[in-house]
Amino acid sequence: MAAIETLEIISPGIMTTVQDLGRYGYGRFGVAPSGALDSFSLRIANLLVGNSEDHACLETMLLGPGIKVLTDVVMAVTGGDLQPKRNKQPIELWRSHAFKKDDVLSFGNAVSGFRAYIAVGGGIGVPPVMGSRSTNLPSGFGGYQGRSCKKGDVLLCDGSCGPMNGAGRKFNPDCIPRYSNHWKLRVVWGPQDDHFPDDSRHAFLNGMFRMSQDSDRTGIRLEGHEILCKPDIEASIISEGVISGSIQIPGDGKPIIILGETVTGGYRKIATVISADLPALGQIKPGDGIKFRAVSLDEAYLALQEMENRINDFKCKTNSSLLP
Amino acid sequence: MLYDSPIFRLMGDRSLLVELGDEISPSVNQSVQELFTVMDMRPIDGVRELVPSYRSLLVIYDPLKISLTDLKRTISDTHQNLDQAELPEPRTMDIPVVYGGNQGPDLASVAQHHHISPQAVMDYHTRPTYRVYMIGFTPGYPYLGEVPTAIATPRRKTPRILVPRGSVGIAQKQTGIYSVDSPGGWQIIGWTPVNLFDPQGQPPSLLMMGDRVRFQAISAEEASQWQP
Repeated sequence: MAAIETLEIISPGIMTTVQDLGRYGYGRFGVAPSGALDSFSLRIANLLVGNSEDHACLETMLLGPGIKVLTDVVMAVTGGDLQPKRNKQPIELWRSHAFKKDDVLSFGNAVSGFRAYIAVGGGIGVPPVMGSRSTNLPSGFGGYQGRSCKKGDVLLCDGSCGPMNGAGRKFNPDCIPRYSNHWKLRVVWGPQDDHFPDDSRHAFLNGMFRMSQDSDRTGIRLEGHEILCKPDIEASIISEGVISGSIQIPGDGKPIIILGETVTGGYRKIATVISADLPALGQIKPGDGIKFRAVSLDEAYLALQEMENRINDFKCKTNSSLLP
Repeated sequence: MLYDSPIFRLMGDRSLLVELGDEISPSVNQSVQELFTVMDMRPIDGVRELVPSYRSLLVIYDPLKISLTDLKRTISDTHQNLDQAELPEPRTMDIPVVYGGNQGPDLASVAQHHHISPQAVMDYHTRPTYRVYMIGFTPGYPYLGEVPTAIATPRRKTPRILVPRGSVGIAQKQTGIYSVDSPGGWQIIGWTPVNLFDPQGQPPSLLMMGDRVRFQAISAEEASQWQP
């Protein structure tokens, strides 16, 4: 099936990029995964429009883009409430909507959360690079020409643009995440928690941190308590692989939560955010308060299983509703 | 020192750091390469990504598909039988470098730091056959070692916001090549016209862990006429 011109960017917003679930298998070549920071919202957005959960979507933040629709298509917006509108009329989040040719999707202010995901029936059609359509912004490849969207860009839609009868599908309201200005993130200690004295570990769990303005897609920088390592050890460690959610502590003691654009690093890491709380990392805003809570692996697995169950339940529901 | 058995360090609920030694050394790195190669050849269901580095292998997995206990057991078994691992013969790449000038702005200060001439820095830098210890930092960026002690130099106090692709740098006993334009704090002594990273390439990186690299000094004119 041919790709069809589907979306024209009429204003780019602060930063709008093509993302899917990320690029895996190339870490050995120094290639970071990139991908949606809030993967939960991206997966649900895709399921709402009848895609498989790993299709490419647009990720936008704070002030969203203006997008003109070039062909009839089903769309859904999930994630943070950036006040999405169709032809200036507010539309519901976590629900699929029929857009007609020449309709305009626009956004207002961020009411809650930080990032929104825009899914289109059929998925955003950009050529996969190393098996993924995600944009790697720091190195400038993947996604739409390796960069964030600009005014005038025309995005293709893969395949048939999905069935129009998919409009009106809703995600279970009880399962929609609530975003606040204060976050509790669950972590598992390690890999280098033993490099920190007890009072640092105590301060890490009991202190309140704030997300700094200097944060970006590579990492959430935190202000608050300085977390210092034991005095008799070197400032850096031998470089090793890292993953998103790793909380590294540079020499100045200010924690950085690594996001999906880093593959190796030479700073020690006190703890790691659990998989079930990774989607929240995409929704924390500069200025928001963050507290950490250490949990056991079993608690982390249980939380991950619960998240996957919510997605799978919805997947089963959408699959059965597609039956003739 | 190479550990007798791996030290497992948890990196969250979905990745495991398998540490094989406590230092940067060819023997420790060789073990990492062996473990990586065998685990890559015999994929384990549920393992998503393997990231080898100086002295450890990061194993990213799906904890809902494979339990941590099973994963550790499989890795320990593999590690015990590494003697049978056969690594490919290392490839050796010659990388041409224009030393000094605008593209090697720190050559003079590295020379001053060691009270030697810029020519001597070049001679030292081109002497060893370096080992690619790991690819990381940015796509295709090789960490090479070891630099002769006579020119080992600490990182710059203030990192540069933009280091051009192809820049050749030194940080202590490591040397490396910036594979894409990026920020960086290494002492930049030269520049290579060789492209280290091509997103469309298969593989996308010119170099891999375990490869060997030799630097060759060329003139700016030779670099401008350089053909891949």
